[in-house]
Amino acid sequence: MRFFFKTDYAQDLRIARHGGHVFWYGLLLAVLVALPLFVGEYFLTQLHFIAIYSIVGFGLMLLVGFTGQISLGHAAFLAVGAYTEALLQAKGVPFLISLPTAALFSAAVGVIVGLPALRLKGIYLAIATIAFNVIVEEIITRWEGLTGGNSGLQVKDVVLLGQSVESPTAFYYLCLVITVICCLFMINLLRSPTGRAFVAIRDSEISASCMGVNLAKYKTMSFALSAALTGIAGALYAHKLAFISPEQFNLFVSIEMVTIVILGGIGSLHGAVLGAAFIILLPQGIAIAKDWLPPGMAPTGLQAVIFGIILIAFIIFEPLGLYGRWVKVRTWFQLFPFYRRGMFKRQKTYTKSERLR
Amino acid sequence: MLARIAAPSEGGVVISQFVQLLLAGVAQGCVYALVALGFVLIYKATETVNFAQGDMMMLGAFFALTAGTFMGWPYWVTILFAVASMALVGMLIERIVLRPVLGYPAFTVVMITIGVGYVLRGLVTMMPGWGTETYALATPFADKVINFGGVVLAVQEIAVIGMTAALCLVLYLFFRFARIGVAMQATSQNQLAAYYMGIPVRRVNMMIWGLSAGVAAFAGILLAPFTFVHSNMGYIGLKAFPAAVVGGFGSVPGAIVGGLIIGVVEALSGLYLPEGFKDVAAYVVVLLVLLVKPSGIFGETATKKV
Repeated sequence: MRFFFKTDYAQDLRIARHGGHVFWYGLLLAVLVALPLFVGEYFLTQLHFIAIYSIVGFGLMLLVGFTGQISLGHAAFLAVGAYTEALLQAKGVPFLISLPTAALFSAAVGVIVGLPALRLKGIYLAIATIAFNVIVEEIITRWEGLTGGNSGLQVKDVVLLGQSVESPTAFYYLCLVITVICCLFMINLLRSPTGRAFVAIRDSEISASCMGVNLAKYKTMSFALSAALTGIAGALYAHKLAFISPEQFNLFVSIEMVTIVILGGIGSLHGAVLGAAFIILLPQGIAIAKDWLPPGMAPTGLQAVIFGIILIAFIIFEPLGLYGRWVKVRTWFQLFPFYRRGMFKRQKTYTKSERLR
Repeated sequence: MLARIAAPSEGGVVISQFVQLLLAGVAQGCVYALVALGFVLIYKATETVNFAQGDMMMLGAFFALTAGTFMGWPYWVTILFAVASMALVGMLIERIVLRPVLGYPAFTVVMITIGVGYVLRGLVTMMPGWGTETYALATPFADKVINFGGVVLAVQEIAVIGMTAALCLVLYLFFRFARIGVAMQATSQNQLAAYYMGIPVRRVNMMIWGLSAGVAAFAGILLAPFTFVHSNMGYIGLKAFPAAVVGGFGSVPGAIVGGLIIGVVEALSGLYLPEGFKDVAAYVVVLLVLLVKPSGIFGETATKKV
């Protein structure tokens, strides 16, 4: 077991709580930096997607996991980010300007969605975000003069400070740096008064407003920040795919994004990254495992079935997600031999009606 | 077809076109209404939004396809078979995956139903004989028309409207007079009080899932002549969502009215508005309704006390 000795007030403000944090996260970063030396291009591509989805995961985790708002329309923000980046890049705007612009523009769209969200809750919010996603997808399809409609849009490689980032290794480092920056942003946000206000809103809107949290302001802010992060991910996504078209941002992408958060573990930043890695690697794992299966099984169907079963099984048996599983394992070792089975058991309650609002 | 209905005057053509579109919209709206009804039944009883409703409809259509087209059973028997087997599937789904999470936060349960949707869609594409192809479901009403004073009406659409009305009547009588129907109403009004009154709430929940799945299968059969039967036909469930919300989630008549509104608006916007509005009409309507009256047209407006 580890015991904390507080010898300094500045200790409370450090991001790394203790030596273990410094060591393990430092090691993780070192491994991530060194990884391109050891892995092939195929795996590097998966890492690109994991980094991009992690940023999406951060954005969605902020909204779903920390502010308690539901969004089934986040692919729209991804689309806004991707198209903004693609169009600015085509105009010759440097990446260091176009990326923040994509984020800002997504945030502005996020505010537009956030405003009606102030009045809506639960399923009504979910349906409003679904509607928003469908409408954005349709606008992109129909605005052919700007977006190329269904025929899509070519996206050039990133040009960073006059240098073209075209090799997978260089793009990997770019994604890694942006992901780490987003992660640090999230960590700092969540321990600031703003982040505390988000969590207060999640836990109880009534008590949050009694404590002086301005619900309208913070809900809108949460939507905007979440959209901005997703917009950044969208910009990278556009560069990664090199070709974007409206159907890449449909409702099913949104649902997939929410599964990142659920599978990873609601309410933890680790969960966002773990969930992203899981979502990206699962289809690859199924593709590898398919060779051992009897022939004649439709691969697409099999993937959907396995994905659905994993989703259901996680929610029933591991409601805290992948990160929750890790916390349980860690607690088991820390408390050995005093771990009790019911420690993380969730309390069941009678259905609390959402209809009475 | 349009040439045949050319009425003597120009105005007659416009009117007959309008009536035909209206009828098509109402028929389509009936299907939305039935899927929305499935949403609402489950939502009222268990506070769960069933994202797999569209996929249950798809599975029901495939059952009907197997019985009607592959095995050659008569139409009415096919309907009974599909509805009954789908009701069984619905009860199984409730028993296996939803009973363990009874009382968990609503969003968790929603994610489970999304997972169920994935599984159903995947299973259908993996099933030998079903797969990813598109099939036509034979009906006794196909390709028949009624000429009604210069206005040509498709029997198929009238049949859909009639059958929806009949189902609504049956459901109304069921909820009004059947013992189990009244128990379902009690459960959906207050779960705890229903427990105290000796209603087996879990079993009633299971039956509601069965009922909802049966309604979904019925909707699938009605939809099949318009869109054909294929593994992605369940996406229409996403259009039925707005229908349920427009009517006020949790109101049975609201679901029917909402479905009809969405269907008619969609059909008319296809005629009078520029291309592209037809696909988003449902969502624009739902956003407008949510802005004006967030609880829907027939929504309950009780407020929570601290």
